[in-house]
Amino acid sequence: MDAVIEQFPRLLDGFTKTLALLGIAGAGALVFGTLVAGFRVSPIAPLRMFAAAFTELFRNIPLTLILFGFATLGPYLGARGGYFMLAAIGLTLYTTPFIAEAIRSGINGIPVGQAEAARSIGLGFGQVLGHVILPQAVRMVIPPIINVLIALTKNTSVAGGFFVVELFASSRNAINQRGDEVIAILLAVAAFYLVVTVTLGIIAGQVEKRVAVAR
Amino acid sequence: MTSVLYDVPGPKAKRIARIVSVIAVLLIAGILVGVVIALAVPRTTAAGQVVPGLFDPSRWDVFNDLVVWRSIGNGVLGTLRMAGIAALLAIVIGVLFSFARTASLAVIRIPSTVILEFFRGMPVLLMMLFILLVFSTGSYAAGILALGLYNGAIIGEILRAGIAALPRGQREGGLSIGLTPVSTRFLIEFPQAARNMLPIIIAQLVVLLKDTALAYILAYSELLYVATKTLPNFFGNRYLYSFFFVALLVYLSMNLSLSFIARLVAKRTGPGGSRVEPRIPRRGVHPEGDIDMSRVPDAGMGGGVGAAPPGH
Repeated sequence: MDAVIEQFPRLLDGFTKTLALLGIAGAGALVFGTLVAGFRVSPIAPLRMFAAAFTELFRNIPLTLILFGFATLGPYLGARGGYFMLAAIGLTLYTTPFIAEAIRSGINGIPVGQAEAARSIGLGFGQVLGHVILPQAVRMVIPPIINVLIALTKNTSVAGGFFVVELFASSRNAINQRGDEVIAILLAVAAFYLVVTVTLGIIAGQVEKRVAVAR
Repeated sequence: MTSVLYDVPGPKAKRIARIVSVIAVLLIAGILVGVVIALAVPRTTAAGQVVPGLFDPSRWDVFNDLVVWRSIGNGVLGTLRMAGIAALLAIVIGVLFSFARTASLAVIRIPSTVILEFFRGMPVLLMMLFILLVFSTGSYAAGILALGLYNGAIIGEILRAGIAALPRGQREGGLSIGLTPVSTRFLIEFPQAARNMLPIIIAQLVVLLKDTALAYILAYSELLYVATKTLPNFFGNRYLYSFFFVALLVYLSMNLSLSFIARLVAKRTGPGGSRVEPRIPRRGVHPEGDIDMSRVPDAGMGGGVGAAPPGH
């Protein structure tokens, strides 16, 4: 136990990095995911195809490969901002298709009458989507989106393998310092992750009750 | 071409769509071409040496060597072996979890729920490291065990959701013809749940296959490790990117074909097949006992999904 206390500042440092990755990649993926979902249902064929190809591509590449690609090709191409930003971009790219698919499933789940009614009062595609469909769809898919964010929390650990000293990497460093208390350190790290994932899970449950569209 | 979201385009909408299409195509093509050019141009290192671009033949001639392909094949085998054994383990653990979590005895149900939530809430990578260091198993066994436990927990949840989604009459029917609760679960409920949930389970196995790449970080010689560590060490670092691209293509083709199979199975077992339809809840309404689709793990997200809120 004293090893955990001794290494606590190091772990806390890593935890902040993990939260930062979660914040940046989560926010980025939410924005781009909504955009891609909008592309996917838009009247413009090239945008639809782009969204579909993007989704299929990045959903089927292991995250480890994406982060490896960013961590090696990024510096090769002269990207500045360091490994942290590269990992954040990689995580954003990896998470975007999952958010997009969640939102699209929400769009598909809205009763047809909603869109028909919106169109019949003369709204265009952007208005139908922005004023009528998305506000309902997003509320409906908040729990799955939070599930994606929970997965993202755990996925940030992969960045620890690519020169970002977040929680996973700092736990490895802590273990290198205190090899005598591996179990205690790893359980403490697991507790850090559980704090985030369980909290998000509880929020998902609460939000779901609050914003459920009654019909 | 028509969608419920927009009207059949008139002349004006068609013109706008054409203009936006052209702009979008140009933009996307421009970005792609930009990336390709950026990769293709030669670079000067800090030491003043000129390094050829990524598409230079001197970076690709190594693929004439059969040894390279054999090594890549071995890497693929390493990946598939880990994924295959972990998948079997995950299914076994998933079945056990689904029974334990739906057990009528609280002594079994509650601890198994806690253990399952713990497994689901932890990164697979951390679990791998834990098994590797605490049980000193070696990276191969650590990868298999961690992937098996983690995905087993998720498959357990999927199966449980499948059992919960069956019409109540199935269980009542089993009990009323004199089957014990346990044999009702084994003979009546479980086979139907497993069948209904098969597409989601296969999708989860795609996730498992993707997650084997995590073992790279623990230096298990799977495809990514072979392509980016073993081979460049032997043939020289200038081939690193070429090997990486090949590994990327191999992963893509493996995952896309598995995803394709998952979709095929989903179609086969979909509506119209001989099966009992699960009661899908109306949106926003979750009557007790109904499957809450939002909680069914979002299959496909690497690393899976996290802990469901307590009480679930």
